[in-house]
Amino acid sequence: MAHSAENVSGARPAGEPLLRVENLVKHFPITQGILFKKKVGAVKAVDGVSFELHRGETLGIVGESGCGKSTLAKLLMRLETPTAGRAMLKGKDIFKVSGSELRRMRRNIQMVMQDPYTSLNPRMTVGDIIGEPYEIHTEVAPKGDRQRRVQELLELVGLNPEHINRYPHQFSGGQRQRIGIARALALKPEIIVCDEPVSALDVSIQAQVINLLEKLQGELDLSYIFIAHDLSVVRHISDRVGVMYLGKMVEVGTDAEIYERPTHPYTQALLSAVPVPDPDARTHRDVIRLVGDVPSPANPPSGCRFRTRCWKAQERCSVEEPLLIRRGVDPHPSACHFAELRQVVG
Amino acid sequence: MTDIHVSSSSSPVVGGGGRHLLEVKDLYVEFHTRDGVARVINGVSYHLDPGETLAVLGESGSGKSVTAQAIMGILDMPPAKIPGGQILYKGENLLAMPEEKRRQVRGKEISMIFQDALSALNPVFPVGWQISETLRTRAGMSKKEALNRAVELMDLVKIPAARARVKDYPHQFSGGMRQRVMIAMALAMDPKVLIADEPTTALDVTVQAQIMDLLGDLRRDLNMGLILITHDLGVVADVADRIAVMYAGRIVEHADVRNVYKHPAHPYTEGLLDSIPRLDSKGTELATIKGLPPNLMRPPTGCAFHPRCKYAKSVCTTETPLSLDLGHGRTSACHFAKEMLDGTLR
Repeated sequence: MAHSAENVSGARPAGEPLLRVENLVKHFPITQGILFKKKVGAVKAVDGVSFELHRGETLGIVGESGCGKSTLAKLLMRLETPTAGRAMLKGKDIFKVSGSELRRMRRNIQMVMQDPYTSLNPRMTVGDIIGEPYEIHTEVAPKGDRQRRVQELLELVGLNPEHINRYPHQFSGGQRQRIGIARALALKPEIIVCDEPVSALDVSIQAQVINLLEKLQGELDLSYIFIAHDLSVVRHISDRVGVMYLGKMVEVGTDAEIYERPTHPYTQALLSAVPVPDPDARTHRDVIRLVGDVPSPANPPSGCRFRTRCWKAQERCSVEEPLLIRRGVDPHPSACHFAELRQVVG
Repeated sequence: MTDIHVSSSSSPVVGGGGRHLLEVKDLYVEFHTRDGVARVINGVSYHLDPGETLAVLGESGSGKSVTAQAIMGILDMPPAKIPGGQILYKGENLLAMPEEKRRQVRGKEISMIFQDALSALNPVFPVGWQISETLRTRAGMSKKEALNRAVELMDLVKIPAARARVKDYPHQFSGGMRQRVMIAMALAMDPKVLIADEPTTALDVTVQAQIMDLLGDLRRDLNMGLILITHDLGVVADVADRIAVMYAGRIVEHADVRNVYKHPAHPYTEGLLDSIPRLDSKGTELATIKGLPPNLMRPPTGCAFHPRCKYAKSVCTTETPLSLDLGHGRTSACHFAKEMLDGTLR
């Protein structure tokens, strides 16, 4: 009825999605001049991204730096205003609501930040950090009840509830990330946007936090948008995965579709570049080496944005922008004119 | 150009029974701080031969970078202090050398590249000037000669259009290209040993793959010894010949890379390998190493890993395990290394 987003969502569970993002665009203006700022161009950080998120599902978003994945997270948190597009949360456009309705909406989408060292105020106790959302959303927890709630949250994320009066510096990186998760859970959201939640952590601690996120998802029926550049972590936690390049979604599918049957050349190159923790794989790995760097999002290539680094690029790629649609070779959508299956990881 | 002031013989150094190119012997480093003494390196020994890659693997605080800084002689002393040990380069102890003589080794014989290329480069000088700086001051080249050599070096590290870009500033380069500039700088004096401290941690996977390829090619072509310091088990499996795993300032396991990945002989190595998400770990809880790395001001008694070890027995809490020789150049600092290998411990 509303939009034809059906063909861009990949294989998915049936039913109405919790969140439906349609053609989301964010351009940051580049200006010149001091007094009379003249717009001379735009950084096309997010340029037409559509996806759906279902209840209890994890959607992984992967891509390299500058592909727009963090801007996407900020848009969904309404920390940035989109240039165009909409995001329907339970039938309501999150970019159209305001006032008390906006406040209620914000409770539903919370975020876990990347760096547990800078995302917690060093002068606040853990209790104040986790309880701060209740100051704004007073209806969630009445004043007398807050301490108990915060202690419950600490326990839920595997921290000692007695440490409620400690400061962030008294915790390790992994524990701080747990505090960040507890803060995100305070308002009982349905969706949590995790922006690189484990990339600042050591390997042995990473696994603990991933396990916690999965446990919480099971217990609280949460939906995650899991943004990361570590492809093996994303595969482990995600039900579906979207691959982004220069502000566009180039391929979407279930984790098996993306990792075992990728059809977009960028996905294939990305997967093949991931070092495999197995020395024997060195010799018989199919490695695709991309040349050059990601072009500037202020001046993306015409047609297909990946064509400047693609080994398959032809005349057509520079003229016609490939749409994210199903391409015959496999039932999941891929934004490549010449999509074909190529297995790159065993 | 690479004539040696520090060595009496110029015969190539052979591995195995002979003398090694670089040998760290029973090194101790401690930091004297207001809160007490932190013993960050506790008897580290490793060696490196020409043309080989030694990976030093460990989490933050394990002492992997401090060891490298001790080799380079760039530790801040005080607060750091080296109470014991030797660092032999071609048989001569660097730690016993007068500073003047040591300067001849630093950068010329042993060179280093750092993790964050943007902060390691000077933003107000063109890259060519920075690459050629050591050539002017140490090799006595004229400005013009040095700049020509800088272009050659930039070609060597595969920076496209080197001649045109030699006068560009660091901010005009992408992350991967900046890291190439760093490598070119490190190679300026034809070093025999290159220490790469997390060279690709700040880079995207596709760029990481390019840089690791480059380092591998250079090592082979120039017959350098490469010490790769990293926390990434995937990168290690891809490029290393031998691997030294560090924990709390000790090398807990040292072996040929294949052996380590197939049959870890130390519970910490095993824990690390188990905590990476793999294809078959989907939908299951990841194995974790419980707890946190130790505080080096107050290290645990006995084996430093025992509070986190799933096999810990009473002997582990009282006796510090010695490095146990398991044959084929393989060592493990675990009381139960043999049992781990023959599988009777699990």
